[in-house]
Amino acid sequence: MHNPQLNKNGELTHLLSTEGLPAAILTQILDTAASFMEVSSRDVKKVPLLRGKSVFNLFFENSTRTRTTFEIAAKRLSADVINLDITRSSTAKGETLLDTIDNLCAMDANLFVVRHASSGAPYLIAEHLRKIGRDDIHVVNAGDGRHAHPTQGLLDMYTIRHYKKDFTQLRVAIVGDILHSRVARSDIHALTTLGVPEVRAIGPETLLPKYLDKLGVHVYHDMAAGLRDCDVVIMLRLQNERMNGALLPSAGEYFRHYGLTPQMLAQAKPDAIVMHPGPMNRGVEIHSAVADGPQAVILPQVTFGIAVRMAVMSIVAGN
Amino acid sequence: MNIEISNGRVICPKNGVDRDNVSVYIAHGRIVGLGEAPKGFVATQKVDAAGCVVSPGLIDLGARLNSIEAELAAAVAGGVTSVVVPPDADPPLDEPELADRLVHRGDEIGKARVLPLGALTLGLKGERLAELAGLKKAGCVAFSQASRPVVDTEALLRAMEYAATFGFAVWLQPQDHWLSRNGIAHEGEVASRLGLAGIPVAAETIAVGSIIQLVRDTGCRVHLTRISSAAGMSLVQRAAKEGLPISCDVGVHHLLLTDNDIGYFNPHARFVPPLRGQADRQALSDAAAAGTAAICSDHTPVGADDKLLPFGEAKPGATGLEVLLPLTLKWAETAGVALPAALARITSAPAEILGLDSGHLALGARADICVFDPNASWQLTPEALRSRGKNSPWTGYMMTGKVRHTLVDGRIVYTT
Repeated sequence: MHNPQLNKNGELTHLLSTEGLPAAILTQILDTAASFMEVSSRDVKKVPLLRGKSVFNLFFENSTRTRTTFEIAAKRLSADVINLDITRSSTAKGETLLDTIDNLCAMDANLFVVRHASSGAPYLIAEHLRKIGRDDIHVVNAGDGRHAHPTQGLLDMYTIRHYKKDFTQLRVAIVGDILHSRVARSDIHALTTLGVPEVRAIGPETLLPKYLDKLGVHVYHDMAAGLRDCDVVIMLRLQNERMNGALLPSAGEYFRHYGLTPQMLAQAKPDAIVMHPGPMNRGVEIHSAVADGPQAVILPQVTFGIAVRMAVMSIVAGN
Repeated sequence: MNIEISNGRVICPKNGVDRDNVSVYIAHGRIVGLGEAPKGFVATQKVDAAGCVVSPGLIDLGARLNSIEAELAAAVAGGVTSVVVPPDADPPLDEPELADRLVHRGDEIGKARVLPLGALTLGLKGERLAELAGLKKAGCVAFSQASRPVVDTEALLRAMEYAATFGFAVWLQPQDHWLSRNGIAHEGEVASRLGLAGIPVAAETIAVGSIIQLVRDTGCRVHLTRISSAAGMSLVQRAAKEGLPISCDVGVHHLLLTDNDIGYFNPHARFVPPLRGQADRQALSDAAAAGTAAICSDHTPVGADDKLLPFGEAKPGATGLEVLLPLTLKWAETAGVALPAALARITSAPAEILGLDSGHLALGARADICVFDPNASWQLTPEALRSRGKNSPWTGYMMTGKVRHTLVDGRIVYTT
């Protein structure tokens, strides 16, 4: 089976998932992002790598934060950015996903940034572009269903590398609703590819996908045991609709067992960093004392996210 | 018309016939001679079957006929001479008139025989019983919910009691409503990796378990359709061993594919029930090889637009009538099953499930016959299919086994 993310020369042409990408490409993205960090500190925060190119933000599902960071990243690369809020336009009129894509192709798009509620939607778009012979148009997955959120995964890797330097000596715990989390899946694939020897998943059975061990992950139901001696703790957001029902009895009971409090965090290494993809639910998955504490690197993650998205867009669509 | 089919390898699994280079003689719609022409037989038409297998016509235990003319033409192009039609048409087949109309339309078209399954409950809603006796009279061969489970167990019990009263068979696709309603793929490593909501094997075993208990209590004859898991199949086999009146079938795609074939979200690998794991596929294959499960196409034509969608939004199912034979041959080859045994799964075994005296080539039998070249290969392309359903996970693949002639009631209804 061909890898839809790579072109014939093995170069990244779409970013759809961190799965199936060689470590060299992940590292290339992180290195490129590092070079863009300097751009963000300039007075004129622009480089001309995507000058004259059109980036279409196609958000079939709402997300102001992710869309904004992609928009900033594209503008810093000098691209023209067009935001389409599809939830309220074409598909509401019955247009199919691929009809929408065909129309936008005719508007000379160069890059689609796609957020969609269905797992795999960006693959369908990439496959369609291949079929209609538009190798010049690229797709970046900005989150598809429960499947993947590769730029978030990569910015998490950037953050870990920034603080911990070397992946090959680390113990990383991912805590919370892994079942519904595209971020968790992207993190897991990136971490294992980059050589992290021990990736742990912590959560109640109702929030863990089955056969997680097959992805190279050690499963813990006990938070304290799972956090012990970890270098990195990645907290996941617990969606409101999961809190009361068949998956969990209440937000309170969840917090008592899986909330990251200072006491819980003490199980990890003293220099462990705490990450969160945002937006946070304070008092549900994370205690404010941790979220605002010295070990949290949650705001730097956001800053790194812009550089990582610049890197991805310039690599797939740059001149 | 008197027809002589000569020089073929005649295989009749039911009667243990496998003879090379013999003639089959047909008159008045029936088989009147095998090897030897009856006295005074003069062929008005000769079919040269050299290099071909002469088999009973295929009986497909499940094919949806969205556009009946095209699909019945597809059936005979695939060597299928009888098709069992599930009741989940639009509108559902829950009134005798609808069944009557379907049967008549099938007769008018004059290709494959149409054997409708009547809806067990009105609108397939799983609440009120349909008029089973009336539907039976209109030509329904059994009663079914298609792929929609009866959620209310009491309603299922009553339906089975009522069907048992009249000696009607009930066909059920075992899927627990609650465990399957949100899922789109087998709950396994692939679904976890791709972030697809899973349908656990328990969705099947729980339903099979309930149905078996209700069969024990009611004595209703039940045929379980499209078993998908090793655990589900094992329950069915144990129940059959216990002597309960239970039979089952598997979809031919489930014999050859697993959830791994979803690859990068291929919507053509979306099925109900879902493609499961390798051990499941193996168990289904073993059951088919052992003769405990019949094989059917589960033919489901889906328009191109309904497949050009993200995996979870695409309509499930694949075209099947024209690939039932080649895929069964492919399965037989990989599973090491001899040709007559493989053909039994799509001829005599379905006939037995239906309680019909067909699916064989004995003297006096209705001349429903499939003549196919077991070595001819062809490429599956949209153009190669007569069905309106071009949706297949095998598009672009080479198929081995090509139907040359199909006879229904002693009439040649397809030839190529």
